[in-house]
Amino acid sequence: MPKLKIEDLETIAARRTKAMTVGQGAGRVKITVHLGTCGISAGAQRIKAEVMRLVQDAGISDVTVTSTGCAGYCSREPMITVQVMGQAPVKYVDLDEKKAGLIFDRHVLEGSIVEEYALGIGSEHTA
Amino acid sequence: MSATPHDTVGRDTTGDAIPGGYRIHMMLCAGTDCAGRGSYRVKEALEREITRHGLSHEVAIGMSGCRGHCGQGPVMVVNPGEIVYQGLSEHDVPRLVQEHVLQGRPLQERVHTLPPQTGTVPLISEIGFFGKQRLLVLRNRGIIDPEVIDDYIVRDGYRALSTALSTMTPEEVIQELIASGLRGRGGGGFPTGIKWKTCREAPGHPKYIVCNADEGDPGAYMDRTIIECDPHAVLEGMAIAGYAIGARKGYVYIRNEYPLARECLEKAIADAREYGLLGENIFDRGFDFEVSIHRGAGAFVCGESSALMASMEGRPGEPRAKYIHTVEHGLWDRPTNLNNVETYANVPPIILRGAQWFTSIGTGDVSENPWGGSKGTKVFSLVGKVHNTGLVEVPMGITLREIVFDIGGGIPKGKKFKAVQTGGPSGGVIPEELLDLPVDFDQLTRVGSMMGSGGMIVMDETDCMVDIARYFIDFLIGESCGKCLPCREGLTQISTLLNDICNGEADEHTITLLEELSNTVKECSLCALGGSAPNPVLSTLRYFRDEYEAHVREKRCPAGVCKALITYSIDPARCTGCTLCARNCPQDAISGENKKPHSIAVDLCIKCGICRDVCPHDAVIVH
Ligand SMILES: Cc1cc2nc3c(=O)[nH]c(=O)nc-3n(C[C@H](O)[C@H](O)[C@H](O)COP(=O)(O)O)c2cc1C
Ligand code: SF4
Repeated sequence: MPKLKIEDLETIAARRTKAMTVGQGAGRVKITVHLGTCGISAGAQRIKAEVMRLVQDAGISDVTVTSTGCAGYCSREPMITVQVMGQAPVKYVDLDEKKAGLIFDRHVLEGSIVEEYALGIGSEHTA
Repeated sequence: MSATPHDTVGRDTTGDAIPGGYRIHMMLCAGTDCAGRGSYRVKEALEREITRHGLSHEVAIGMSGCRGHCGQGPVMVVNPGEIVYQGLSEHDVPRLVQEHVLQGRPLQERVHTLPPQTGTVPLISEIGFFGKQRLLVLRNRGIIDPEVIDDYIVRDGYRALSTALSTMTPEEVIQELIASGLRGRGGGGFPTGIKWKTCREAPGHPKYIVCNADEGDPGAYMDRTIIECDPHAVLEGMAIAGYAIGARKGYVYIRNEYPLARECLEKAIADAREYGLLGENIFDRGFDFEVSIHRGAGAFVCGESSALMASMEGRPGEPRAKYIHTVEHGLWDRPTNLNNVETYANVPPIILRGAQWFTSIGTGDVSENPWGGSKGTKVFSLVGKVHNTGLVEVPMGITLREIVFDIGGGIPKGKKFKAVQTGGPSGGVIPEELLDLPVDFDQLTRVGSMMGSGGMIVMDETDCMVDIARYFIDFLIGESCGKCLPCREGLTQISTLLNDICNGEADEHTITLLEELSNTVKECSLCALGGSAPNPVLSTLRYFRDEYEAHVREKRCPAGVCKALITYSIDPARCTGCTLCARNCPQDAISGENKKPHSIAVDLCIKCGICRDVCPHDAVIVH
């Protein structure tokens, strides 16, 4: 990779934005696992592995699985965010593999929110 | 969940947020989806159009997190009226301004009629824990993959650096920082711009940039999380500091107990190098900057500036007298700028969005005096006796009550709030009557505590204040470097006095002595570790003197913690004889027949408290 020029920031941002956006490069659904130190100690790695396995077993290619930092709500980890095309992102908390499986079946595959495990929809305030 | 977006806007003092006086508020969604579809571009176009019509003082434009109005992005909410637009593009902007702002009627073809709310799932932004938070430093948390540099670039990453290098002189960067009123987030609250200026003007070359990620306070993990969420923000802040000060080399001093954060940072440094965002001649602007990681062995005292630099040079991590400043004589005796992780992470948004925006958040007035207020946000790790523990970022000036009760969700198990400790081991406790205190550097210091780096420990009625003071003093005895006598010997003596009080072996005189000794240690210690170590003692004495007096005069621990002063017994009126306590007692000190009240043999009891914890009927009482 050659050294970036200032204009390249724009190009990279445009390309990567496409790849990150649900309905574009990220496919129909994006699942984000919150993987900070706190999440990992609560078992988030296992949740991520489980989600990746589910995606693979279902043989679908329109789902992206990624990771991100801690959402701050350490007492409710492990946490994932599921975003289906055209819908608001939903955060799920206090997860284990079983709940992750159910969320996968109902929300990721069928598009309906699993209300019992959902913390909320939308995202946080930025300043 | 009562707040409508409109009154949220009206009350807000932060960036998405529009202090009064405006006729129209326009809030674009900054959620990933909307951002991906160009909400920032629409915002810029709107700002240009509004300025062109000379309406900047009437129309406020901001960004907010996703509020669940998702249709076809980008989505924008306009108040008054809470009109939701969707599918906006830059091309719609002139007509939108013409219709909505000038003619006062919504641009119908882009109005989004929300489907009726079906589910019961609340909005994230209206959940107590998140509702009052404002993400500035943690703006990318939960959104970007910290290991992917392109994700950071999508969120305007490295644009502040490119702006600084291509359009600002180093002096202008420093001036912007001074005007922003940013104060160091590592504890002291020293104005960052002033520090940079002093370091720039200090004679000597080369100069160094150091990032303090030692984070030794018990219960604090702000810096770890910032690095794990957004490592490039810290690197970009350091590079901007390097440009401003005239340094080509930066170091991150990170404790070895943070392996994930370190790996994250290592990857970020490698990726930034690969892109030429670190290295030589960055953006072809003739500026070189490199960053390396220095692993610390996890000593609390090594967070102190001169000890940190001594430790980096391979010498024992011992502080030196404060009159030699590290900005002039720092690492290898060269001018060195040391800032905290969170301080650096604040820098890119300040450069990009300007000092004026930054000063719209927070308290006081910094226009003439950088010590005149506390601007921006602060990240706290909220731990202890609260429902929601976690990492929170709030605007300066929020009250402690809002943090503990609205964000933290109050005290679990129906217990009563007693105090909150801020500032870590060098801070102090703040009692219930001061819960409405606005949180900023100066207010916290005024009441005998401090901002510190952002630890916040909540305590309830079952915490003994003497015991708490003893806990922090004992922590600091272990962390004192031993170089100077007041701290080395004084803290040990303070601990002895506190032990006497907890053991019921103290008299009135002990409290007086404790107070005198604390003040001596505070005044005579060489560095701020010893200088602030007595704070937990002095502040508990200030607000909870009655508790000390109960220990001394009545040989009673009101919170029921100090073992020498308490006895356990079982209330026969409440005990149902379920036998749970008897089965769990490690001493077999509890006896009684099934379904009949039990009792505790006082001579066998070691006061471990297990019976109280397991009893489903709260029948175990502590005197
Ligand atoms: C005993 C002691 C421990 C400290 N620990 C830290 C620390 O872990 N992290 C930190 O940023 N600052 C720590 N500080 C404050 C630093 O000395 C220094 O003031 C700070 O890093 C400057 O950065 P700032 O201006 O950005 O806050 C500590 C100070 C003392 C006296
Ligand atoms: S105050 Fe304590 S930590 Fe600081 S130099 Fe003296 S002995 Fe060392």
